[in-house]
Amino acid sequence: MTPRLLAHALLSLALLLPALPAHPNDFDYRLAPRMIAEGVYVLIGTTEDFSFANGGNIVNSGFIVGPAGVIVIDTGPSRRYGEQLLATIATVTDRPIALTINTHHHPDHFLGNQAFPADTLTATPETIRGIQSEGEDFNNNMYRLNGDWMLGTEVVVPGKTLAAGRTTIAGRALEFLHLAGHTASDLVVIDHDSGTVFAADLVFWQRAPTTPHADIPRWLAALDRLAAIPAQRWVPGHGEVSGDRSPIRQTRAYLEWLADTITRGAEAGLDMTEMLETPIPAAFADLSLVADEFRRSVTHLYPAAEQAALER
Amino acid sequence: MRRPNLPLLSLALLAGLAPASAADLQHTAALQAPPHPIVDPLGSPRWDDMRKLFFGDAPVVFDERVRVTAPRIAEDSMNVPVTVDASALGDARSVVVFADFNPIVKVLEFQAAHARPSLGFRLKLQQSSPVRAAVLGSDGTWRVGGTWITATGGGCTLPSAGSSSPEWQERLNQVSGRIWSRVDGGERVRMRIIHPMDTGLAAGIPVFHIDELALADDSGRTVMHIRPYEPVAENPSFTIDLPPGAASGGKLHVTGRDNNGNRIDAWVTP
Repeated sequence: MTPRLLAHALLSLALLLPALPAHPNDFDYRLAPRMIAEGVYVLIGTTEDFSFANGGNIVNSGFIVGPAGVIVIDTGPSRRYGEQLLATIATVTDRPIALTINTHHHPDHFLGNQAFPADTLTATPETIRGIQSEGEDFNNNMYRLNGDWMLGTEVVVPGKTLAAGRTTIAGRALEFLHLAGHTASDLVVIDHDSGTVFAADLVFWQRAPTTPHADIPRWLAALDRLAAIPAQRWVPGHGEVSGDRSPIRQTRAYLEWLADTITRGAEAGLDMTEMLETPIPAAFADLSLVADEFRRSVTHLYPAAEQAALER
Repeated sequence: MRRPNLPLLSLALLAGLAPASAADLQHTAALQAPPHPIVDPLGSPRWDDMRKLFFGDAPVVFDERVRVTAPRIAEDSMNVPVTVDASALGDARSVVVFADFNPIVKVLEFQAAHARPSLGFRLKLQQSSPVRAAVLGSDGTWRVGGTWITATGGGCTLPSAGSSSPEWQERLNQVSGRIWSRVDGGERVRMRIIHPMDTGLAAGIPVFHIDELALADDSGRTVMHIRPYEPVAENPSFTIDLPPGAASGGKLHVTGRDNNGNRIDAWVTP
Protein backbone atom coordinates (compact mmCIF):
# COMPACT_ATOMS: atom_id res chain seq x y z
CA MET A 1 0.00 0.00 0.00
CA THR A 2 1.38 3.41 -0.93
CA PRO A 3 1.67 6.02 1.82
CA ARG A 4 -1.14 7.95 0.13
CA LEU A 5 -3.44 4.94 0.07
CA LEU A 6 -2.52 4.16 3.65
CA ALA A 7 -3.46 7.70 4.66
CA HIS A 8 -6.80 7.32 2.90
CA ALA A 9 -7.42 4.03 4.63
CA LEU A 10 -6.61 5.50 8.01
CA LEU A 11 -8.84 8.51 7.35
CA SER A 12 -11.72 6.26 6.34
CA LEU A 13 -11.19 4.26 9.50
CA ALA A 14 -11.17 7.41 11.61
CA LEU A 15 -14.42 8.57 9.99
CA LEU A 16 -15.98 5.22 10.72
CA LEU A 17 -15.08 5.23 14.38
CA PRO A 18 -17.83 7.53 15.70
CA ALA A 19 -20.36 5.37 13.89
CA LEU A 20 -19.22 2.19 15.63
CA PRO A 21 -21.25 1.09 18.63
CA ALA A 22 -20.06 2.40 21.97
CA HIS A 23 -17.32 0.38 23.62
CA PRO A 24 -19.07 -2.39 25.52
CA ASN A 25 -17.37 -1.14 28.65
CA ASP A 26 -19.75 1.72 29.42
CA PHE A 27 -19.59 0.90 33.13
CA ASP A 28 -23.12 -0.48 33.03
CA TYR A 29 -23.33 -3.80 34.86
CA ARG A 30 -26.64 -4.47 33.09
CA LEU A 31 -28.12 -5.74 36.32
CA ALA A 32 -31.34 -7.61 35.68
CA PRO A 33 -33.24 -8.63 38.77
CA ARG A 34 -34.78 -12.06 38.47
CA MET A 35 -37.80 -12.95 40.61
CA ILE A 36 -37.26 -16.40 42.12
CA ALA A 37 -40.24 -16.31 44.49
CA GLU A 38 -42.96 -13.86 45.39
CA GLY A 39 -41.14 -10.67 46.36
CA VAL A 40 -37.70 -12.32 46.21
CA TYR A 41 -35.20 -11.14 43.59
CA VAL A 42 -31.64 -12.10 42.77
CA LEU A 43 -28.87 -10.64 40.62
CA ILE A 44 -26.49 -13.39 39.61
CA GLY A 45 -22.91 -12.43 38.84
CA THR A 46 -20.46 -14.35 36.69
CA THR A 47 -18.39 -17.18 38.17
CA GLU A 48 -15.16 -15.41 37.23
CA ASP A 49 -12.42 -13.63 39.07
CA PHE A 50 -12.45 -9.84 39.48
CA SER A 51 -11.40 -8.12 36.28
CA PHE A 52 -11.75 -4.97 34.24
CA ALA A 53 -13.91 -6.99 31.83
CA ASN A 54 -16.54 -7.80 34.47
CA GLY A 55 -16.09 -4.77 36.71
CA GLY A 56 -16.10 -7.03 39.74
CA ASN A 57 -19.60 -8.36 39.09
CA ILE A 58 -18.76 -11.90 40.10
CA VAL A 59 -21.10 -11.98 43.05
CA ASN A 60 -24.77 -12.58 43.77
CA SER A 61 -26.85 -9.96 45.48
CA GLY A 62 -30.55 -9.98 46.16
CA PHE A 63 -33.47 -8.14 47.62
CA ILE A 64 -36.76 -9.00 49.24
CA VAL A 65 -39.76 -6.71 48.85
CA GLY A 66 -41.78 -6.57 52.06
CA PRO A 67 -45.14 -4.84 52.57
CA ALA A 68 -43.45 -1.74 53.96
CA GLY A 69 -40.03 -1.72 52.33
CA VAL A 70 -37.13 -3.53 50.74
CA ILE A 71 -34.47 -5.69 52.40
CA VAL A 72 -31.21 -5.67 50.38
CA ILE A 73 -28.76 -8.56 50.70
CA ASP A 74 -25.24 -7.42 49.80
CA THR A 75 -24.37 -4.30 47.83
CA GLY A 76 -21.82 -5.55 45.30
CA PRO A 77 -18.24 -4.71 44.41
CA SER A 78 -18.34 -0.95 43.72
CA ARG A 79 -20.19 2.32 44.13
CA ARG A 80 -21.43 1.98 40.54
CA TYR A 81 -22.82 -1.47 41.29
CA GLY A 82 -24.57 -0.14 44.39
CA GLU A 83 -26.08 2.75 42.44
CA GLN A 84 -27.22 0.49 39.62
CA LEU A 85 -28.64 -2.03 42.10
CA LEU A 86 -30.61 0.73 43.80
CA ALA A 87 -31.88 1.92 40.41
CA THR A 88 -32.90 -1.56 39.40
CA ILE A 89 -34.78 -2.06 42.67
CA ALA A 90 -36.71 1.10 41.83
CA THR A 91 -37.87 -0.50 38.59
CA VAL A 92 -39.49 -3.29 40.65
CA THR A 93 -40.97 -1.37 43.56
CA ASP A 94 -41.34 2.16 44.84
CA ARG A 95 -41.12 1.04 48.45
CA PRO A 96 -38.22 2.46 50.46
CA ILE A 97 -35.07 0.61 51.42
CA ALA A 98 -35.73 -0.71 54.92
CA LEU A 99 -32.54 -2.67 55.58
CA THR A 100 -29.25 -3.12 53.70
CA ILE A 101 -27.30 -6.17 54.83
CA ASN A 102 -23.62 -7.00 54.32
CA THR A 103 -23.42 -10.76 54.78
CA HIS A 104 -19.65 -10.68 55.43
CA HIS A 105 -16.65 -8.41 55.08
CA HIS A 106 -15.40 -9.41 51.62
CA PRO A 107 -15.23 -6.48 49.19
CA ASP A 108 -17.70 -7.75 46.58
CA HIS A 109 -20.37 -7.82 49.28
CA PHE A 110 -20.10 -4.32 50.74
CA LEU A 111 -18.36 -1.86 48.40
CA GLY A 112 -21.72 -0.76 46.97
CA ASN A 113 -22.78 0.54 50.42
CA GLN A 114 -22.33 4.19 49.40
CA ALA A 115 -25.45 4.07 47.25
CA PHE A 116 -27.78 3.02 50.07
CA PRO A 117 -29.25 5.10 52.90
CA ALA A 118 -26.58 5.06 55.61
CA ASP A 119 -29.08 4.38 58.38
CA THR A 120 -30.19 1.14 56.68
CA LEU A 121 -26.69 -0.42 56.56
CA THR A 122 -26.25 -3.36 58.90
CA ALA A 123 -23.98 -6.34 59.56
CA THR A 124 -22.81 -8.54 62.41
CA PRO A 125 -20.32 -7.02 64.90
CA GLU A 126 -17.49 -9.21 63.51
CA THR A 127 -18.27 -8.16 59.95
CA ILE A 128 -18.33 -4.50 60.96
CA ARG A 129 -14.92 -4.95 62.60
CA GLY A 130 -13.65 -6.74 59.49
CA ILE A 131 -14.79 -3.92 57.21
CA GLN A 132 -13.21 -1.39 59.55
CA SER A 133 -9.85 -3.14 59.69
CA GLU A 134 -9.52 -4.58 56.17
CA GLY A 135 -11.95 -2.53 54.08
CA GLU A 136 -9.40 0.02 52.84
CA ASP A 137 -6.93 -2.62 51.71
CA PHE A 138 -9.72 -4.51 49.96
CA ASN A 139 -10.88 -1.35 48.23
CA ASN A 140 -7.36 -0.51 47.03
CA ASN A 141 -7.00 -4.03 45.69
CA MET A 142 -10.36 -3.80 43.91
CA TYR A 143 -9.23 -0.61 42.14
CA ARG A 144 -6.19 -2.52 40.98
CA LEU A 145 -8.26 -5.45 39.70
CA ASN A 146 -11.33 -3.70 38.26
CA GLY A 147 -9.91 -0.34 37.23
CA ASP A 148 -12.28 2.54 36.53
CA TRP A 149 -15.35 0.51 37.40
CA MET A 150 -14.37 1.38 40.97
CA LEU A 151 -14.34 5.15 40.37
CA GLY A 152 -15.54 6.99 43.47
CA THR A 153 -15.89 3.84 45.55
CA GLU A 154 -15.22 4.38 49.24
CA VAL A 155 -15.58 2.12 52.23
CA VAL A 156 -18.79 2.76 54.18
CA VAL A 157 -18.95 0.84 57.45
CA PRO A 158 -22.45 -0.25 58.51
CA GLY A 159 -23.55 1.58 61.64
CA LYS A 160 -26.07 -0.93 62.95
CA THR A 161 -25.40 -4.42 64.25
CA LEU A 162 -27.72 -7.18 63.14
CA ALA A 163 -28.96 -9.60 65.78
CA ALA A 164 -29.45 -13.28 65.08
CA GLY A 165 -32.89 -14.86 65.21
CA ARG A 166 -36.38 -14.40 63.83
CA THR A 167 -37.69 -10.92 63.26
CA THR A 168 -40.09 -8.98 61.08
CA ILE A 169 -38.63 -6.30 58.85
CA ALA A 170 -40.80 -4.05 56.70
CA GLY A 171 -43.62 -6.49 57.37
CA ARG A 172 -41.69 -9.53 56.12
CA ALA A 173 -40.86 -12.43 58.48
CA LEU A 174 -37.12 -13.11 58.25
CA GLU A 175 -34.59 -15.15 60.15
CA PHE A 176 -30.91 -14.34 60.46
CA LEU A 177 -28.32 -16.99 61.26
CA HIS A 178 -24.89 -15.94 62.50
CA LEU A 179 -22.63 -18.62 61.10
CA ALA A 180 -18.91 -18.62 60.30
CA GLY A 181 -16.23 -20.51 58.43
CA HIS A 182 -15.91 -18.73 55.11
CA THR A 183 -14.99 -15.70 57.21
CA ALA A 184 -15.16 -14.97 60.95
CA SER A 185 -18.82 -14.12 60.45
CA ASP A 186 -21.15 -15.21 57.67
CA LEU A 187 -24.74 -14.09 57.84
CA VAL A 188 -27.46 -16.25 56.35
CA VAL A 189 -30.86 -14.73 55.56
CA ILE A 190 -33.92 -17.00 55.54
CA ASP A 191 -37.16 -15.77 54.02
CA HIS A 192 -39.64 -18.19 55.54
CA ASP A 193 -42.61 -16.96 53.50
CA SER A 194 -41.00 -18.16 50.29
CA GLY A 195 -38.67 -20.83 51.66
CA THR A 196 -35.60 -19.04 50.29
CA VAL A 197 -32.18 -19.23 51.92
CA PHE A 198 -29.59 -16.60 51.05
CA ALA A 199 -26.55 -18.64 52.05
CA ALA A 200 -23.95 -15.97 51.23
CA ASP A 201 -20.43 -17.27 50.64
CA LEU A 202 -20.91 -20.31 52.82
CA VAL A 203 -22.19 -21.87 49.61
CA PHE A 204 -20.60 -21.79 46.15
CA TRP A 205 -22.12 -23.55 43.15
CA GLN A 206 -20.10 -24.71 40.14
CA ARG A 207 -17.42 -22.24 41.23
CA ALA A 208 -14.52 -23.16 43.49
CA PRO A 209 -14.86 -21.77 47.03
CA THR A 210 -12.45 -19.06 48.16
CA THR A 211 -10.58 -19.36 51.46
CA PRO A 212 -8.58 -16.24 52.36
CA HIS A 213 -10.26 -16.06 55.78
CA ALA A 214 -11.57 -19.60 55.98
CA ASP A 215 -11.80 -21.88 58.98
CA ILE A 216 -12.78 -25.14 57.32
CA PRO A 217 -14.05 -27.07 60.38
CA ARG A 218 -16.35 -24.13 61.26
CA TRP A 219 -17.38 -23.87 57.62
CA LEU A 220 -18.34 -27.55 57.49
CA ALA A 221 -20.35 -27.12 60.71
CA ALA A 222 -22.13 -24.15 59.11
CA LEU A 223 -22.97 -26.29 56.07
CA ASP A 224 -24.56 -28.84 58.43
CA ARG A 225 -26.77 -26.09 59.82
CA LEU A 226 -27.70 -24.94 56.32
CA ALA A 227 -28.49 -28.45 55.11
CA ALA A 228 -30.92 -28.90 58.01
CA ILE A 229 -33.07 -25.92 56.98
CA PRO A 230 -36.28 -26.98 55.23
CA ALA A 231 -36.19 -24.68 52.20
CA GLN A 232 -37.46 -24.46 48.65
CA ARG A 233 -34.43 -22.79 47.12
CA TRP A 234 -30.89 -21.76 47.88
CA VAL A 235 -29.09 -18.64 46.75
CA PRO A 236 -25.32 -19.22 46.91
CA GLY A 237 -22.89 -16.31 47.23
CA HIS A 238 -21.43 -17.27 43.85
CA GLY A 239 -23.17 -19.39 41.22
CA GLU A 240 -26.74 -20.08 40.17
CA VAL A 241 -29.78 -20.41 42.39
CA SER A 242 -30.59 -24.04 43.18
CA GLY A 243 -33.86 -25.78 44.01
CA ASP A 244 -32.06 -28.44 46.03
CA ARG A 245 -29.07 -28.94 48.29
CA SER A 246 -26.59 -29.78 45.50
CA PRO A 247 -24.59 -26.58 46.07
CA ILE A 248 -24.23 -27.39 49.77
CA ARG A 249 -23.06 -30.92 48.94
CA GLN A 250 -20.62 -29.67 46.34
CA THR A 251 -19.17 -26.99 48.62
CA ARG A 252 -18.82 -29.58 51.39
CA ALA A 253 -17.15 -32.16 49.14
CA TYR A 254 -14.64 -29.62 47.83
CA LEU A 255 -13.78 -28.28 51.27
CA GLU A 256 -13.37 -31.78 52.69
CA TRP A 257 -11.08 -32.73 49.82
CA LEU A 258 -9.11 -29.49 50.24
CA ALA A 259 -8.67 -29.88 54.00
CA ASP A 260 -7.78 -33.56 53.69
CA THR A 261 -5.30 -32.96 50.87
CA ILE A 262 -3.57 -30.20 52.81
CA THR A 263 -3.43 -32.12 56.09
CA ARG A 264 -2.11 -35.24 54.40
CA GLY A 265 0.46 -33.26 52.43
CA ALA A 266 1.77 -31.62 55.59
CA GLU A 267 1.88 -34.98 57.40
CA ALA A 268 3.82 -36.48 54.49
CA GLY A 269 6.38 -33.67 54.65
CA LEU A 270 5.58 -32.03 51.30
CA ASP A 271 7.01 -28.62 50.56
CA MET A 272 4.43 -25.99 49.59
CA THR A 273 5.67 -26.04 45.99
CA GLU A 274 4.98 -29.81 45.88
CA MET A 275 1.58 -29.28 47.48
CA LEU A 276 0.75 -26.82 44.68
CA GLU A 277 1.31 -29.52 42.09
CA THR A 278 -1.54 -31.68 43.46
CA PRO A 279 -3.85 -32.64 40.58
CA ILE A 280 -7.47 -31.50 40.89
CA PRO A 281 -9.77 -34.57 41.15
CA ALA A 282 -12.20 -35.15 38.28
CA ALA A 283 -15.14 -34.39 40.59
CA PHE A 284 -14.01 -30.75 40.88
CA ALA A 285 -12.20 -30.27 37.57
CA ASP A 286 -15.17 -28.43 36.04
CA LEU A 287 -15.62 -25.90 38.85
CA SER A 288 -14.89 -22.38 37.64
CA LEU A 289 -11.45 -21.15 38.71
CA VAL A 290 -10.61 -24.34 40.58
CA ALA A 291 -6.92 -24.31 39.66
CA ASP A 292 -6.53 -20.68 40.77
CA GLU A 293 -8.50 -21.16 43.95
CA PHE A 294 -6.59 -24.30 44.88
CA ARG A 295 -3.32 -22.40 44.50
CA ARG A 296 -4.66 -19.60 46.68
CA SER A 297 -6.05 -22.00 49.25
CA VAL A 298 -2.71 -23.78 49.60
CA THR A 299 -1.12 -20.40 50.30
CA HIS A 300 -3.81 -19.60 52.89
CA LEU A 301 -4.10 -22.95 54.61
CA TYR A 302 -0.85 -24.86 54.22
CA PRO A 303 1.29 -22.88 56.71
CA ALA A 304 -0.97 -23.81 59.65
CA ALA A 305 -1.13 -27.45 58.53
CA GLU A 306 2.67 -27.58 58.20
CA GLN A 307 3.10 -26.09 61.61
CA ALA A 308 0.74 -28.65 63.13
CA ALA A 309 2.76 -31.43 61.46
CA LEU A 310 6.08 -30.01 62.70
CA GLU A 311 4.86 -29.42 66.26
CA ARG A 312 3.00 -32.72 66.60
CA MET B 1 21.63 -1.68 49.34
CA ARG B 2 24.26 -4.07 50.60
CA ARG B 3 27.05 -5.25 48.38
CA PRO B 4 27.06 -8.88 47.35
CA ASN B 5 28.88 -11.10 49.71
CA LEU B 6 29.83 -14.54 48.49
CA PRO B 7 32.18 -16.13 51.00
CA LEU B 8 30.51 -19.53 50.75
CA LEU B 9 30.86 -19.57 47.03
CA SER B 10 34.49 -18.51 47.16
CA LEU B 11 35.11 -21.34 49.57
CA ALA B 12 33.51 -23.73 47.17
CA LEU B 13 35.79 -22.51 44.41
CA LEU B 14 38.88 -23.00 46.53
CA ALA B 15 37.80 -26.45 47.60
CA GLY B 16 37.20 -27.41 43.98
CA LEU B 17 34.08 -29.17 42.86
CA ALA B 18 33.70 -32.51 41.14
CA PRO B 19 34.25 -32.54 37.36
CA ALA B 20 31.37 -31.33 35.29
CA SER B 21 29.36 -33.80 33.25
CA ALA B 22 29.70 -34.04 29.49
CA ALA B 23 26.60 -31.92 29.08
CA ASP B 24 28.12 -29.23 31.26
CA LEU B 25 31.20 -29.19 29.11
CA GLN B 26 29.09 -28.64 26.03
CA HIS B 27 27.64 -25.57 27.64
CA THR B 28 31.10 -24.38 28.53
CA ALA B 29 32.27 -24.90 24.97
CA ALA B 30 29.44 -22.74 23.72
CA LEU B 31 30.87 -19.93 25.80
CA GLN B 32 34.35 -19.92 24.29
CA ALA B 33 33.65 -16.89 22.10
CA PRO B 34 34.02 -13.80 24.32
CA PRO B 35 32.39 -11.58 25.40
CA HIS B 36 29.64 -14.22 25.41
CA PRO B 37 26.52 -12.05 25.52
CA ILE B 38 23.70 -14.42 26.34
CA VAL B 39 20.02 -13.86 25.99
CA ASP B 40 18.03 -14.02 29.21
CA PRO B 41 15.24 -16.55 28.64
CA LEU B 42 13.15 -14.61 31.16
CA GLY B 43 13.60 -11.35 29.24
CA SER B 44 14.28 -9.31 32.34
CA PRO B 45 15.59 -5.77 31.81
CA ARG B 46 17.58 -6.23 35.03
CA TRP B 47 19.51 -9.25 33.80
CA ASP B 48 22.65 -7.37 32.81
CA ASP B 49 22.79 -5.73 36.23
CA MET B 50 22.27 -9.07 37.94
CA ARG B 51 25.01 -10.59 35.86
CA LYS B 52 27.51 -7.89 36.76
CA LEU B 53 26.50 -7.99 40.42
CA PHE B 54 26.70 -11.73 40.96
CA PHE B 55 29.07 -13.04 38.33
CA GLY B 56 31.33 -10.18 37.24
CA ASP B 57 33.34 -11.40 34.28
CA ALA B 58 32.87 -15.11 35.01
CA PRO B 59 31.19 -17.20 32.30
CA VAL B 60 27.45 -17.68 32.72
CA VAL B 61 25.03 -20.02 30.99
CA PHE B 62 21.34 -20.57 31.39
CA ASP B 63 20.76 -24.20 32.22
CA GLU B 64 17.37 -25.85 32.61
CA ARG B 65 18.88 -28.39 34.97
CA VAL B 66 18.90 -25.63 37.58
CA ARG B 67 15.21 -25.90 38.41
CA VAL B 68 13.35 -23.15 40.20
CA THR B 69 9.78 -24.15 41.03
CA ALA B 70 7.29 -21.56 42.22
CA PRO B 71 3.68 -20.60 41.58
CA ARG B 72 3.29 -18.39 38.51
CA ILE B 73 1.24 -15.98 40.60
CA ALA B 74 2.08 -15.28 44.23
CA GLU B 75 -1.06 -15.15 46.34
CA ASP B 76 0.84 -13.74 49.31
CA SER B 77 3.83 -11.51 48.51
CA MET B 78 5.12 -12.00 52.05
CA ASN B 79 5.30 -15.80 51.64
CA VAL B 80 6.14 -16.93 48.15
CA PRO B 81 7.07 -20.63 48.08
CA VAL B 82 10.10 -21.54 45.97
CA THR B 83 12.03 -24.77 45.53
CA VAL B 84 15.48 -24.68 43.97
CA ASP B 85 16.77 -28.02 42.74
CA ALA B 86 20.14 -28.35 41.04
CA SER B 87 20.54 -32.08 41.59
CA ALA B 88 20.27 -32.75 37.84
CA LEU B 89 23.66 -31.03 37.52
CA GLY B 90 25.37 -33.81 39.37
CA ASP B 91 27.77 -32.37 41.86
CA ALA B 92 26.33 -28.88 42.27
CA ARG B 93 27.15 -27.80 45.80
CA SER B 94 26.94 -24.02 46.13
CA VAL B 95 23.85 -22.12 45.08
CA VAL B 96 22.86 -18.45 45.24
CA VAL B 97 19.24 -17.34 44.81
CA PHE B 98 18.21 -13.84 43.77
CA ALA B 99 15.18 -11.87 42.61
CA ASP B 100 15.94 -9.24 39.93
CA PHE B 101 13.32 -6.70 41.03
CA ASN B 102 13.53 -6.94 44.79
CA PRO B 103 14.96 -3.90 46.58
CA ILE B 104 17.37 -6.40 48.16
CA VAL B 105 18.05 -8.82 45.34
CA LYS B 106 19.98 -11.58 47.09
CA VAL B 107 17.59 -13.99 48.80
CA LEU B 108 19.87 -16.71 50.15
CA GLU B 109 22.86 -18.90 49.48
CA PHE B 110 23.24 -22.53 50.33
CA GLN B 111 25.92 -25.12 50.26
CA ALA B 112 24.75 -28.70 50.10
CA ALA B 113 27.68 -30.37 51.78
CA HIS B 114 26.12 -33.83 51.95
CA ALA B 115 22.47 -32.97 51.35
CA ARG B 116 20.98 -32.97 47.87
CA PRO B 117 21.57 -29.61 46.16
CA SER B 118 17.97 -28.58 46.59
CA LEU B 119 16.16 -26.32 49.01
CA GLY B 120 12.54 -25.36 49.59
CA PHE B 121 11.92 -22.00 51.28
CA ARG B 122 9.70 -18.89 51.09
CA LEU B 123 10.59 -15.37 50.18
CA LYS B 124 9.15 -11.88 50.15
CA LEU B 125 8.61 -10.22 46.78
CA GLN B 126 8.29 -6.48 46.42
CA GLN B 127 6.85 -6.77 42.91
CA SER B 128 6.68 -9.23 40.03
CA SER B 129 10.16 -10.54 39.38
CA PRO B 130 12.27 -13.36 38.06
CA VAL B 131 13.52 -15.55 40.87
CA ARG B 132 16.75 -17.26 39.87
CA ALA B 133 19.21 -19.75 41.21
CA ALA B 134 22.84 -19.77 40.11
CA VAL B 135 25.19 -22.68 40.62
CA LEU B 136 28.95 -22.31 40.39
CA GLY B 137 30.59 -25.28 38.68
CA SER B 138 34.13 -26.52 39.24
CA ASP B 139 34.91 -25.22 35.74
CA GLY B 140 34.25 -21.68 37.00
CA THR B 141 31.03 -21.37 35.02
CA TRP B 142 27.79 -20.19 36.58
CA ARG B 143 24.69 -22.13 35.59
CA VAL B 144 21.49 -20.20 36.03
CA GLY B 145 17.84 -21.24 36.11
CA GLY B 146 14.79 -19.27 37.09
CA THR B 147 11.15 -18.41 36.72
CA TRP B 148 8.98 -15.29 36.68
CA ILE B 149 6.64 -14.83 39.60
CA THR B 150 3.80 -12.34 39.33
CA ALA B 151 3.17 -10.60 42.63
CA THR B 152 0.99 -7.73 43.78
CA GLY B 153 3.92 -6.67 45.86
CA GLY B 154 4.87 -4.87 49.01
CA GLY B 155 6.50 -7.96 50.47
CA CYS B 156 9.80 -6.30 51.36
CA THR B 157 8.66 -2.93 52.68
CA LEU B 158 5.79 -4.16 54.84
CA PRO B 159 6.44 -4.74 58.52
CA SER B 160 6.60 -8.38 59.59
CA ALA B 161 3.70 -9.69 61.66
CA GLY B 162 6.24 -10.41 64.38
CA SER B 163 7.40 -6.81 64.54
CA SER B 164 3.96 -5.72 65.72
CA SER B 165 3.50 -8.47 68.26
CA PRO B 166 5.56 -9.09 71.40
CA GLU B 167 4.95 -12.83 71.29
CA TRP B 168 7.78 -13.68 68.93
CA GLN B 169 10.33 -12.26 71.36
CA GLU B 170 9.69 -15.16 73.74
CA ARG B 171 9.92 -17.69 70.92
CA LEU B 172 12.71 -16.05 68.90
CA ASN B 173 14.88 -18.61 67.12
CA GLN B 174 12.78 -21.55 68.32
CA VAL B 175 12.97 -24.39 65.82
CA SER B 176 10.24 -26.88 65.04
CA GLY B 177 11.24 -29.62 62.69
CA ARG B 178 10.71 -33.18 61.65
CA ILE B 179 12.51 -35.85 59.65
CA TRP B 180 10.73 -38.17 57.20
CA SER B 181 12.09 -41.32 55.61
CA ARG B 182 12.04 -41.19 51.84
CA VAL B 183 11.31 -44.11 49.56
CA ASP B 184 14.85 -43.89 48.13
CA GLY B 185 16.22 -44.64 51.61
CA GLY B 186 17.20 -41.02 52.20
CA GLU B 187 15.57 -38.51 54.47
CA ARG B 188 13.57 -35.32 54.19
CA VAL B 189 13.99 -32.60 56.77
CA ARG B 190 11.52 -29.79 57.24
CA MET B 191 12.05 -27.04 59.79
CA ARG B 192 10.65 -23.70 60.72
CA ILE B 193 12.35 -21.07 62.84
CA ILE B 194 10.53 -18.28 64.65
CA HIS B 195 12.06 -15.01 63.43
CA PRO B 196 10.58 -11.73 62.11
CA MET B 197 13.18 -11.50 59.29
CA ASP B 198 12.76 -7.72 59.11
CA THR B 199 14.29 -6.27 55.96
CA GLY B 200 15.06 -2.84 57.41
CA LEU B 201 12.96 -1.34 54.61
CA ALA B 202 9.76 -0.88 56.64
CA ALA B 203 9.74 2.52 58.33
CA GLY B 204 11.14 2.47 61.84
CA ILE B 205 11.94 -1.24 61.94
CA PRO B 206 15.66 -2.05 61.77
CA VAL B 207 17.07 -4.90 59.74
CA PHE B 208 16.89 -8.11 61.76
CA HIS B 209 17.27 -11.49 60.13
CA ILE B 210 18.82 -14.92 60.49
CA ASP B 211 22.06 -14.88 58.51
CA GLU B 212 23.58 -18.28 59.27
CA LEU B 213 22.12 -21.77 59.55
CA ALA B 214 23.79 -25.15 59.53
CA LEU B 215 22.37 -28.64 59.70
CA ALA B 216 24.68 -31.37 61.02
CA ASP B 217 24.28 -35.06 61.81
CA ASP B 218 24.92 -36.32 65.32
CA SER B 219 28.59 -36.96 64.56
CA GLY B 220 28.88 -33.22 63.97
CA ARG B 221 29.30 -33.44 60.20
CA THR B 222 27.60 -30.53 58.41
CA VAL B 223 25.15 -31.69 55.75
CA MET B 224 23.70 -28.32 54.70
CA HIS B 225 24.76 -24.73 55.20
CA ILE B 226 22.33 -21.86 54.49
CA ARG B 227 22.89 -18.11 54.49
CA PRO B 228 19.50 -16.43 54.49
CA TYR B 229 19.26 -12.74 53.62
CA GLU B 230 16.56 -10.15 54.25
CA PRO B 231 14.08 -11.32 51.56
CA VAL B 232 13.58 -14.75 53.17
CA ALA B 233 10.04 -14.83 54.57
CA GLU B 234 9.18 -14.32 58.22
CA ASN B 235 9.42 -17.48 60.36
CA PRO B 236 11.56 -19.14 57.68
CA SER B 237 10.75 -22.69 56.74
CA PHE B 238 13.12 -24.97 54.84
CA THR B 239 12.78 -28.30 53.09
CA ILE B 240 16.01 -30.26 52.73
CA ASP B 241 16.57 -33.71 51.26
CA LEU B 242 19.38 -36.04 52.28
CA PRO B 243 20.48 -38.91 50.06
CA PRO B 244 20.74 -42.36 51.65
CA GLY B 245 23.55 -42.52 54.16
CA ALA B 246 24.19 -38.76 54.20
CA ALA B 247 23.58 -38.42 57.92
CA SER B 248 24.50 -40.72 60.77
CA GLY B 249 22.12 -41.22 63.67
CA GLY B 250 18.45 -40.49 63.70
CA LYS B 251 18.52 -36.80 64.54
CA LEU B 252 19.96 -33.59 63.13
CA HIS B 253 21.50 -30.59 64.87
CA VAL B 254 20.42 -27.11 63.73
CA THR B 255 22.71 -24.25 64.66
CA GLY B 256 22.89 -20.68 63.53
CA ARG B 257 22.52 -17.03 64.47
CA ASP B 258 20.84 -13.82 63.41
CA ASN B 259 22.52 -10.52 62.58
CA ASN B 260 22.11 -9.42 66.21
CA GLY B 261 24.08 -12.42 67.42
CA ASN B 262 21.12 -14.37 68.84
CA ARG B 263 21.89 -18.09 68.67
CA ILE B 264 19.88 -20.88 67.13
CA ASP B 265 20.53 -24.31 68.63
CA ALA B 266 18.06 -27.18 68.35
CA TRP B 267 17.72 -30.84 67.41
CA VAL B 268 15.34 -32.11 64.78
CA THR B 269 14.04 -35.65 65.18
CA PRO B 270 11.89 -38.00 63.06
